Amino acid sequence: MQPRWGKTVMSTENGAGEEYSSIGELLETAKKCRRNIVQMVHRANAGHPGGSLSAIDILVALYKTRLNVDSSNPDDPDRDRFIMSKGHASPAVYSILHEMGFLSSEDLTTYRVMGGVCQGHVDMKWTPGVDFSAGSLGMGLSFGLGTALAATLDGSSRTSYVMLGDGELQEGQVWEAAMAAVHHEVGNLKVFVDRNRIQNDDFCENQMRMFDVAEKWAGFGWAVHECDGHDMNAVVEAIEWMDTITDGPAVVVAHTIKGKGVSFMEDNPSFHGAAPNDEQLILAMEELE
Amino acid sequence: MTLAASRDGYGSALVKLASDPDVIVVEADLGKSTKSQNFRKLYPERTISLGIAEQNMMLVSAGLATSGYKPFASTFAIFTERAFEQVRNGIARPNIPVHICGSHGGIHTGTDGSSAQSIEDLAIYRSLPNMVVLHPSDFNSTEQLTIQLANTNSPSYTRTARNKTPVIYDEKAASKLQIGKGELLTEGGDVAIIACGVMVSKALEAAESLSSSGINATVVDMHTIKPLDGKLISSLAEQCGCFVTAEDHSIIGGLGGAVAEHLAENCPAPLERIGVSDHFGQSGDGDELLEAFSMGISHIIAAAQRVIQRK
Repeated sequence: MQPRWGKTVMSTENGAGEEYSSIGELLETAKKCRRNIVQMVHRANAGHPGGSLSAIDILVALYKTRLNVDSSNPDDPDRDRFIMSKGHASPAVYSILHEMGFLSSEDLTTYRVMGGVCQGHVDMKWTPGVDFSAGSLGMGLSFGLGTALAATLDGSSRTSYVMLGDGELQEGQVWEAAMAAVHHEVGNLKVFVDRNRIQNDDFCENQMRMFDVAEKWAGFGWAVHECDGHDMNAVVEAIEWMDTITDGPAVVVAHTIKGKGVSFMEDNPSFHGAAPNDEQLILAMEELE
Repeated sequence: MTLAASRDGYGSALVKLASDPDVIVVEADLGKSTKSQNFRKLYPERTISLGIAEQNMMLVSAGLATSGYKPFASTFAIFTERAFEQVRNGIARPNIPVHICGSHGGIHTGTDGSSAQSIEDLAIYRSLPNMVVLHPSDFNSTEQLTIQLANTNSPSYTRTARNKTPVIYDEKAASKLQIGKGELLTEGGDVAIIACGVMVSKALEAAESLSSSGINATVVDMHTIKPLDGKLISSLAEQCGCFVTAEDHSIIGGLGGAVAEHLAENCPAPLERIGVSDHFGQSGDGDELLEAFSMGISHIIAAAQRVIQRK
């Protein structure tokens, strides 16, 4: 897939890799996360691997290069917020929280297990480092708008990042929040759209055509940027571009592949919400060596 | 008799709460109607208006609350219900202290007609874990209980009424009210009338009329629907032995439902429920509609007489 560069010209002065961990390290972390994602879903024999694998490169880049969070003080009021609105992609969140020291390897084995730290959908009441209880699509951007407005009221420089799914954009509440974020000129609210083009039942194109997603955000007055959500350089640069937008909300439409990294899951609607069997797990782990 | 609307008590409380710097008012238009405009006029920098978008309002409030603020979000009762799932999943489930006020509750709302007359709000919010549900009866009690919410670390729903009704409490009496404690307004051993909202003043009038025919009624203002004051109900089951509930709400699931559940499980006693009998409203004057739907003073009196016969 060819990335389609955005409406706003991005700055490349502070190139990726100068200030942060090397791109190679980010890619290595993403691979570890992918292995954990597939293993978690296999162990639970349930869950959502496709949208976790499409989102994980963005999460790795965000947590490793930008997000101001600390596993030794997960409730620091002045931490940045990350709001995973597509809460079914919880394995992606748990895998990066493991890399960031919030969750142990053992915690990951509790995914979808009764009493476990890792609930089926991300839940702020169960998991350290999770800022929002998701599971019902369309709500996260509103919540992120609330945390962003609170930061402004506090005079704090903390930033709220929200990840939305593309199918999720079919929820009307997303656009209520999109309109309000521009109205309130919220410059500390940054959004990623994981544009993997697949939702629960089928390809988005067949369920509800959304045409040019970036145009829709632009139409609401957002600063918009597009990137290839699996090109780690491009993702890091997109995050840097977000930093430059301070007079209103910014969105990166990240073009991704559902199930990215596991050949038989890639671009396959069947793996939106299905676990690999034992044989498929072996194949997946070989591919993610 | 002084008349005032409970929604004005809400607006007055918000202004009094302004001394707490964490209090934030959140609106989805309709601030003129819910009276959150009283706060907005004085503290525009602490008022967040979100347009006609109730779903967004609920989750923005949740985001504010998890960042340490105390959001008071209001719209019409009926439009809070449009965002019910947002309240359920985004506020009640993670137990985030957002304080929601739904004004214009009940058929007493009047001429706007059935689309604006929520008759189910108390029932649906009562069904949510963690929620505190209030329906105060007058200006002063609404003001007092709203002020108490600012230090209540649970999500809440408060229903206020559009139209003016008798002021039952003076400020001193209102200051003694407590969330979760039913208020005894009259005491009598023949029947307990448990009422909320605009029906409390009707219940008091009914009790006065009953006393002239030799029937002594206890009247309780059950301003807190959840957590229900079960202790008080149990003690009244012993003292009075029979109950009438009176609410401007469906007889299903609201105050009448809550009292029935408590009685059935703890201290069975005859009960008659005055409320909207499983139908929608229509346009009309508030009191005219109460009469038409068998929810007037005469109907409370008749229900009391019936239920005493069932003891």
